[in-house]
Amino acid sequence: MIQDLLHSSPGILNFGIFFVLALLFLFVILGFVTYAILAERKVLGFMQGRIGPNHLGGRWGLLQTVADVLKLLVKEDLIPKAADRPLFILAPVIAFAPSFIVVATIPFTDKLQFADLNVGLLYYIAISGISIIGTLMAAWASNNKYSLIGGMRAAAQMVSYEIPLVMSGLGIVLLTGSLNLNEIVAQQQEAGWFILWQPIAFVVFFISATAELYRVPFDLAEAENELVAGFHTEYSGFRWAMFMLSEYVYMFAMASLISVLFLGGWLPPFEFLGFIPGAVWFALKFSLVVYILIWFRATFPRLRADQLMEFAWKVLLPVALANIFLTALLKELLSIF
Amino acid sequence: MELLNLYQNNYLIVFVFLCLGVLLPVVALFAAKLLRPKYKAIDSKYTTYESGIEPFHDARVQFNVRYYVFALMFVIFDVETVFLYPWAIAYEKLGIFALIEMLIFVVMLLIGLIYAWKKGVLKWI
Repeated sequence: MIQDLLHSSPGILNFGIFFVLALLFLFVILGFVTYAILAERKVLGFMQGRIGPNHLGGRWGLLQTVADVLKLLVKEDLIPKAADRPLFILAPVIAFAPSFIVVATIPFTDKLQFADLNVGLLYYIAISGISIIGTLMAAWASNNKYSLIGGMRAAAQMVSYEIPLVMSGLGIVLLTGSLNLNEIVAQQQEAGWFILWQPIAFVVFFISATAELYRVPFDLAEAENELVAGFHTEYSGFRWAMFMLSEYVYMFAMASLISVLFLGGWLPPFEFLGFIPGAVWFALKFSLVVYILIWFRATFPRLRADQLMEFAWKVLLPVALANIFLTALLKELLSIF
Repeated sequence: MELLNLYQNNYLIVFVFLCLGVLLPVVALFAAKLLRPKYKAIDSKYTTYESGIEPFHDARVQFNVRYYVFALMFVIFDVETVFLYPWAIAYEKLGIFALIEMLIFVVMLLIGLIYAWKKGVLKWI
């Protein structure tokens, strides 16, 4: 049915059906965000020998995040007098929208995918770059010293880690000869997961992805013990929630992307396990990546600003470049791909 | 025609996602406006937060030039990736000759990186 729809000429009806499906998907993502926040708090709690939220919604605190969202929803809406009002209002929207747009192209199973774009990987990278404008806009509009320092740091960090991220993705593009995420997974079915063929790229990609998500140990942009809350210091209520939401939706997108690029997407690890549906495998790999991101947060101390920038340019960039040529040579010599 | 439809439909989906991405914050903020109780506007609430001290002069000051230099470096290397992506996709057809060509191109940019390194541009403060 969906195939017929995709092949019919685009019009209002198509728009309507896609809209309803995407809306459903939006609620799935919001559900993920709700429970990702809870999972993060719970896992961090256990890793630090605490219990974590356990009051609302039974023993596991299942309704804790829902309560938090409700609280944010009825919270007073403050816009400081010194702030640039239009920009201040616009910034959360610009920060959030790209985070949701990028998930359009990610294939979850061989059937469940929204937009099968030929430029999938490039699309992801291009769109995710936009949200830094939202961050910088928020920092500038707040007219607050902490915000501006946080925003500038965020921009410098984003810009520096974008390069190794893109360059490490190139190794995979070389092996596949395509930017289409479906074809990248199809290639892994024949040749084995790319984490085996591209271990260096995987490490570089994972580190840069952590930095792009502003997660510990790269969370200098919102280092709470020096910058209060970084670029969203002046934000409260639902405007603030939008920044938080965008951060977690990016986590969703990035974890999916890492699963697709390096961990074989919906493919089972061994042929004989193929009877388990692809969605389960995808969910497992996805959860593993999210878990590792949370684990990082409990384990690593924050980097210093100078270490952070130098690490991107002096270590990750040369390594990623070397990996590209190593991959090209390997491809030429081995002729597996 | 079939393929064109497929192509257009895929980008229609992207457009739908764009609409939803903008709609969600707008709807949520509007709902928040309806739901929240009335509150008293006190002047001191609307001052800029500066850890309890009275805020002094504008926050928008001149920034360290390093941020700008990093932005320049970013542009250089991002343009490099723009060249690298089509090369990577067509590599199968281009073969070893294109590899050497691309190596020369990347080495030239690497000289720039080493120059910046030696100049101390990459050193933060």
